[in-house]
Amino acid sequence: MELIIDITLLTFLGLTALAINRIDKLFCIIMLSGIYSLLCASLFVSMDAVDVAFTEAAVGTGIATVLLLSTIGATDTQQRSAPQRPLFALLVVCATGAILVYGTMDMPAFGDPDAPIHHHVAPRYLEMSQQEVGSDNIVTSILSSYRGFDTLGETVVIFTAGLSVVGLIGFRGMQKFGDRQRAAGITQDDMGKHLVLRIVIKMFIPLILLFALYVQFHGDFGPGGGFQAGVIFASGFIFYTLMFGLDAAMRVVSPRTLSYIAALGVLTYGGVGITTLLMGGNFLDYNVLRPDPLQGQHLGIFLIELGVGTTVFSIMVLIFFAFSSRKGLRQ
Amino acid sequence: METFLVLASTLCISMGVFLGITGAIGIFRMPNFFARLHAASVTDSGCAFMLLFGLMLQSGFTLATIKLCFILLFFLISSPTAAHALAKTALSCGAQPTSSPREER
Repeated sequence: MELIIDITLLTFLGLTALAINRIDKLFCIIMLSGIYSLLCASLFVSMDAVDVAFTEAAVGTGIATVLLLSTIGATDTQQRSAPQRPLFALLVVCATGAILVYGTMDMPAFGDPDAPIHHHVAPRYLEMSQQEVGSDNIVTSILSSYRGFDTLGETVVIFTAGLSVVGLIGFRGMQKFGDRQRAAGITQDDMGKHLVLRIVIKMFIPLILLFALYVQFHGDFGPGGGFQAGVIFASGFIFYTLMFGLDAAMRVVSPRTLSYIAALGVLTYGGVGITTLLMGGNFLDYNVLRPDPLQGQHLGIFLIELGVGTTVFSIMVLIFFAFSSRKGLRQ
Repeated sequence: METFLVLASTLCISMGVFLGITGAIGIFRMPNFFARLHAASVTDSGCAFMLLFGLMLQSGFTLATIKLCFILLFFLISSPTAAHALAKTALSCGAQPTSSPREER
């Protein structure tokens, strides 16, 4: 049964990739890439990697699609045809692909119990995480406790990415854009006419934010955690922006505040590490935070997940603001 | 009781599958945008509703049923809204809901 599902999903993946290749309407391509991510997420679920699937669904299908849509808002909806047929590029891609496929021949089969990855540190994580970290979700305990340093790196990567996007695109011309819009008589009327949409979105935004908080604080026990929660919280905000306009959204939280919140998240994460150093443990060794090591682990994971969540949320919203404030500058 | 539940859920799920397939065929075969939208929204609401209801009958009084209930509620509100927004946008962009011959996709 699982084999049939896998084969079907992989066939759909291939078909979607082919369709993306053939179509030259960028809008369709973005929708198809969203579908591609959703299919990937379903594949991850069938491999029992629920946390990864959750992230893929939230990031790939949700945020990435919206960001790409706001990008084509600033550019063109039609793909320009290449000046010549890039045969050399095709050759390079085929050769690289062949080498990669050849490389996978040496990899152990999926789920092979003799694979090296199942003999290094994984057995200890699986057997000891209940006693050492005490979190029900082993993925969370690996991500935020055993591998806390790596996750700090990932958070800093997201932070840096957000900073670079804002640095490259920036918010220059924002004021002018607002003025020009008002001068041209374009206020939020275009979307404002959608009364039904307005009401339904108003109804859903609190639910989305609540669900994000649930994902954030329930990460110890089920799939989820700071990354997913941040993205879902950001998508609630993006919904609001799409419906009520950039000005209204920026009145809720300004880009400046967002950049402070993003920095605060990374600082929370690093601060927990420094605190554990000062209290006599290793960097990000949460055992020393409380007299009882398990409680210390719980507190540490809670704090760093909060840091991750706030950083991811504010960076996602910042990137979206930067992209969509760019929209009107073209005219 | 057990047999009845299994029977009812099978009926619901097969009904949902039927609606899904007809919706998919409709998206390809219908003549214009609004007709196609109708086919798509049949899949969105009817098919999803039937499938979820069938699954609920199978899972009985458990946490899964409550989660399915929430998904059902979400679908009930969100998919008609999406269809409505699409139709309204198409209308304001000048598409006419007539039974005119096949238009360019």
